[in-house]
Amino acid sequence: MLVKLKKPLLLLTIGLSALTLVSCEESTKKPTGEAVKFDLNPFPSNYHVIDYPPVLFTNVNVLDGIGGYFENTSVLISAGKIIGIGTEMSAKSDTLTVDARGKWLTPGIIDVHSHLGVYPSPSGNAHSDGNEATAPVTAQVWAEHSIWPQDPGFQRALAGGITAMQILPGSANLVGGRGVTVKNMPGTTVQDMKFPNAPYGLKMACGENPKRVYGSKGGPSTRMGNVAGYRQSWADAQDYQRSWDKYYVEFEAGKDPKVPKRDLKLETLALALKGEILVHMHCYRADDMGTMLDVMKEFNYKITSFHHAVESYKIADRLAVDGVCSSMWADWWGFKLEAYDGIQENIPMVHAAKACAIVHSDSELGIQRLNQEASKAWTNGKNAGLDISEADAWQWLSSNPAKALGIFEQTGSLENGKNADVVLWSANPFSVYAQAEQVYIDGALVFDRNKPTEWPVSDFELGQPGEGDSK
Amino acid sequence: MKRIIHLGVLFFYSAVTFAQDYAIVGATVHTMGTQGKVENATILIKDGKIQLVQNGNVPVAGYTLIHAENKVITPGLIGAKTQLGLVDVGFSAGTNDSTAEQTGFSNTGAAYDVAYAINADSSLFAISRIAGVTSAATSMSDTHQLFAGQGAIISLNDNSPLLKPKAFISVQVGNAGADAIGGSRAVLWTNLDAIIAEAKFAIGKSLSPSDEWHGDMSKADIKAMIPVVQGKTPLLIDARRKADIQQVIAFKQRNPNIKVVLLYATEGWRIADELAANKISVILDPESNLPYEFDQLAATLSNAGRLDKAGVDVAIGMETHNIRLARQHAGNAVANGLPWEKGLAALTINVAKLYEVDALVGSLEVGKQADLVIWSGDPLELTESAEQVFIKGEKIVMESRQTKLRDRYLKLNTGKPQQFSRP
Repeated sequence: MLVKLKKPLLLLTIGLSALTLVSCEESTKKPTGEAVKFDLNPFPSNYHVIDYPPVLFTNVNVLDGIGGYFENTSVLISAGKIIGIGTEMSAKSDTLTVDARGKWLTPGIIDVHSHLGVYPSPSGNAHSDGNEATAPVTAQVWAEHSIWPQDPGFQRALAGGITAMQILPGSANLVGGRGVTVKNMPGTTVQDMKFPNAPYGLKMACGENPKRVYGSKGGPSTRMGNVAGYRQSWADAQDYQRSWDKYYVEFEAGKDPKVPKRDLKLETLALALKGEILVHMHCYRADDMGTMLDVMKEFNYKITSFHHAVESYKIADRLAVDGVCSSMWADWWGFKLEAYDGIQENIPMVHAAKACAIVHSDSELGIQRLNQEASKAWTNGKNAGLDISEADAWQWLSSNPAKALGIFEQTGSLENGKNADVVLWSANPFSVYAQAEQVYIDGALVFDRNKPTEWPVSDFELGQPGEGDSK
Repeated sequence: MKRIIHLGVLFFYSAVTFAQDYAIVGATVHTMGTQGKVENATILIKDGKIQLVQNGNVPVAGYTLIHAENKVITPGLIGAKTQLGLVDVGFSAGTNDSTAEQTGFSNTGAAYDVAYAINADSSLFAISRIAGVTSAATSMSDTHQLFAGQGAIISLNDNSPLLKPKAFISVQVGNAGADAIGGSRAVLWTNLDAIIAEAKFAIGKSLSPSDEWHGDMSKADIKAMIPVVQGKTPLLIDARRKADIQQVIAFKQRNPNIKVVLLYATEGWRIADELAANKISVILDPESNLPYEFDQLAATLSNAGRLDKAGVDVAIGMETHNIRLARQHAGNAVANGLPWEKGLAALTINVAKLYEVDALVGSLEVGKQADLVIWSGDPLELTESAEQVFIKGEKIVMESRQTKLRDRYLKLNTGKPQQFSRP
């Protein structure tokens, strides 16, 4: 379980019992004795659920996102929540009934790895806001401060059934900064999109990218330099944490300790060590991942998921033991040397080893058809003799990513009481011909393929050729 | 020792089995030729060529019989625009023959010829062909000059990959082209028109080292461009926005002999009728639906379907490492309005026609090269797969280093380190 950030497998604490740290509402005292607060949520979500009548889907085939398949049943959503699955569901007078014969209903797809808004369309230097490539460790930067909500990619992703996503900084840096989880709801500011109460992610990167970017800018220039960089960063964060712990202990003892200088970089890293920020690490090769599993144990933190992870199939058993997810493409390979051993069975092989498998995009095109990525992976697994049901495979698209983002209590599966983030597909979504016909976020219909006049259109596309066209 | 030698022999002969004649019976065959679809077909392959495609049973004595009941057979897919054979890993991993810096020898890039650079031992060959891609157009992606050199049509088999050298020349006239050539379309098009005029002027002239030549292009470039202006070598023009595509149509009207093929044509749907009227076919990416630049604001998944509806021939398949995904691209084009048969044509016969290699490949017709794929079902569907591929009549061993990696790691913790396993 990735949700509550416990570290059941990481019992080797290293003298960090004082790791109490600053949580959101904890206070320190000014010399006057008044509490001073570090607001750890200075950019709060301004997301609002859209009012929408209850909807009853009838005669629909359901993949519930946690391994269940229900044929020709009904699903009722109301007041933003899933009310129930089953033929006994009945409509009240204000309920909209959708006769979904032959169609499929699934949880909305959640992408754990997107750069929409930080590398938006149109691209170009003016919009290149995804990599703070000025130092190898930039834990102090937050992706949400780069997100341009008018990226038309958000609406394209919506038409592909994406209801939530994590937007990450790029992978130029050892520590790239904070990622943010958003609802795929159009907004004017990023706060309008932020997923309420979702924990932050921390983007880190293994391998070729950091050493290429910094090789001629003071280093690191090698993989060993990379690893030294992660370890020193964690050691610095531990030291920072200790300075605050000491401050609190002395304050409680009635002394008048000097308040440590706030350091935004080390604050983020310290929160990651505590498990309050979830670590998402770009890592291709099995040996790089093996090294990072040991760094994780050395500093007693949790890597929530490796991203790209094209060689996870080589160490899937170890990833299962350490409880680290792999966020993967179905079949990308070979675009750089650390991706040379990518195979089409990576995702099903990770799943078959009982490790956590996630389908991710890292692409403004891929995010539009993650169901197709899952379908290809599922098919290649089947051809290799891996017997996985389509219902189980849908975990790669909704529940596993929701767990990796710390939002599984709210979304990621069709369970009673959860957010009604659902997609109605025109056919079995493992087919290339299936299209997301209706997409609901918190029970509100936000995309209806058959009603072009109601499609959201970004400010950028307004008044341009192709405005409001089928995209 | 004996065992090791034996394995060595197996390795050398593993890529294809020995040439045989085959009878493949029982499948639904999409010939993509005049026979259209043939149910319960018998296909005879003799001496590497298609000898017959016919409904029902025919005598098959002397042929190796292959049962394909409930299967679907299509021509081998043709990669419409790739760098196959030119690159293993393009990025920070050594020589990449698909890109070049400017040289003194050529000042436009037209003379460069990828036929010299094709390496059939590239792992991309086997990875692509076992997924049903049997041939491809391959060319450089970037020369930092006006033209991306002369491309070739290749077969994705091990021994004799070159099907047609000097098969096409390509040029970009959109934002990317303008950025590379002077920073403006005003520079780029003036340059291109001047070069075309020079090439026309040079037709019939001797261009030996001792001949005087005062043109802007080098002699080597001129020699490469003459077949283009004569209409013998197609000119691929990458254009995205409507205004650029209109320029391409005007170019075609100024130079009616030149065989123009559009690449991308992202906003082509806006002037589809004019493209059809000018008989300009298009190689496009049907998944491109974002305004990456100001020259593709009206990008849409409907482009392929709308162009086809207007009568434009559409080809699909611009990828290299993952050219095997071309059928998914076509499937998405079909999901967005392209008729299914046209989706398959976009991967086969339409590609062969625009490169003028349709006498060799692209359809299953008597006398053509026996490049075909036995599919488990609908070749455009994600849940179906290529089960057996034939190239030039040879039954391909359905292995690649990726399938070997898969098989090596399919069972972990088997006692010995994985590296002892040689699937």
